[in-house]
Amino acid sequence: MAEFWFTYAWPTIWIVIKILFIVVPLLIAVAYLTYAERKVIGFMQLRMGPNVVGPFGLLQPFADGLKLMAKEAIIPTGSNRVVFLLAPMITFVLALVGWAVIPVADGWVLSNINVGILYLFAISSLGVYGIIMAGWASNSKYPFLGALRSAAQMISYEISIGFVIVTVLLAVGSLNLSDIVLAQQKIWFFIPLFPMFVIFFISGLAETNRAPFDLPEAEAELVSGYNVEYSAMAFALFFLGEYANMILISAMTVILFLGGWLAPFDIAPFTWVPGVIWFALKVSFVLFVFLWVRATLPRYRYDQLMRLGWKVFLPFSLLWVVVTAGAIVAFDWFPK
Amino acid sequence: MAFLDRAARGLLLTEIVRGMWLTLRYFFKEKVTVNYPYEKGPLSPRFRGEHVLRRYPNGEERCIACKLCEAICPAQAITIEAEPREDGSRRATRYDIDMTKCIYCGYCQEACPVDAIVEGPNFEFATETREELMYNKDKLLENGDRWEAEVAAALAADAPYR
Repeated sequence: MAEFWFTYAWPTIWIVIKILFIVVPLLIAVAYLTYAERKVIGFMQLRMGPNVVGPFGLLQPFADGLKLMAKEAIIPTGSNRVVFLLAPMITFVLALVGWAVIPVADGWVLSNINVGILYLFAISSLGVYGIIMAGWASNSKYPFLGALRSAAQMISYEISIGFVIVTVLLAVGSLNLSDIVLAQQKIWFFIPLFPMFVIFFISGLAETNRAPFDLPEAEAELVSGYNVEYSAMAFALFFLGEYANMILISAMTVILFLGGWLAPFDIAPFTWVPGVIWFALKVSFVLFVFLWVRATLPRYRYDQLMRLGWKVFLPFSLLWVVVTAGAIVAFDWFPK
Repeated sequence: MAFLDRAARGLLLTEIVRGMWLTLRYFFKEKVTVNYPYEKGPLSPRFRGEHVLRRYPNGEERCIACKLCEAICPAQAITIEAEPREDGSRRATRYDIDMTKCIYCGYCQEACPVDAIVEGPNFEFATETREELMYNKDKLLENGDRWEAEVAAALAADAPYR
């Protein structure tokens, strides 16, 4: 009995506790990201954003959540019920599992695997399945078109994201996310690899279907894209998944280019602040830029989007991989 | 050169950066929102809101049931029936306005020879049922008593222009 307790039961409970410590703050962050989005965009349009529910409207996300929970879940008659209900769950779960390998501070990581970045890349690629399934199972034209667009777009931009990641890996010499962060102790990678940083950020916008690449849910043509037929909690799961994905991509940006949990300067007042806080601040900053971009830029046309992905980002990132590799070989800058 | 210029602009995202700078400045600007139930915008003295039936200072109702307002009303929202009162003066026995028909054009107010029917400054008279918007004479007179100060002030402010 004691053996069972110490070898199976306790480790299981412990890992569940750790998962809760990641997922609960993440969900709160997602809730407040929706609030922040409405506030930031409102402010940039000289409006005030939500300010009625609670002080400064701070309870608005919970009011929205309660409303969605109280709504009726409608399953269209023509839909494939199983896939229809599976799709939002897949989207939501995939947005959460990526966090298993994200180091939020030195050693604060659920699973410190050596192929962390590959795992993240794989998870973010799988995200397209939730959307494709939703569009197909809805058996309706707008969701279907939205899903097709979304799939094509995510696959196109994943390629340039892949090359950007390769460039970072060349500079680090490891696929472990904690090692990637620690390799930035001298200089954050966004300085030497600035063009790659910009490409990664823009591809991240496309990967999460955010403005100006939010064609899958272009209101003007597709009503709301792949989630047209969804209501209540199924819709909420898509919504949460989309925002959790945004936070995940921001966390990837922070880890790959902005020095993860490291303080900006390795001197006294900055190093007093714990790593988690630095990490959260950096992620919040990247997310702010996501919202800022949405408030600034109009939506791309679909052919422009494809042109940017395949004819600009792909050759450019490929070229930069070669340049970086060449520089490392030529100047003997191999990572130790 | 022109090609290089264009390529440099494109690669350095100058136009996007300028756009982002603009939105960032707006982020810190003062907001134009009027926080409605707590703050309200200014109302002109000519504002045409909910109707009121006014009285003379001695308490006598102004309306003499001439039916000019009923005649001019383009939406035919006003219904009036009249009879001489015991003291011989002509008064409306029925004065109904269907507020769901009314288009708030203000012709009734213009037509009235005794300034009895006036569109007051009140625009917050939403109701939960349709029936509540079928106003009768009692309701209109009650409105008149309630809004007399504001209505009189608005009429006085607008008088020089009429």
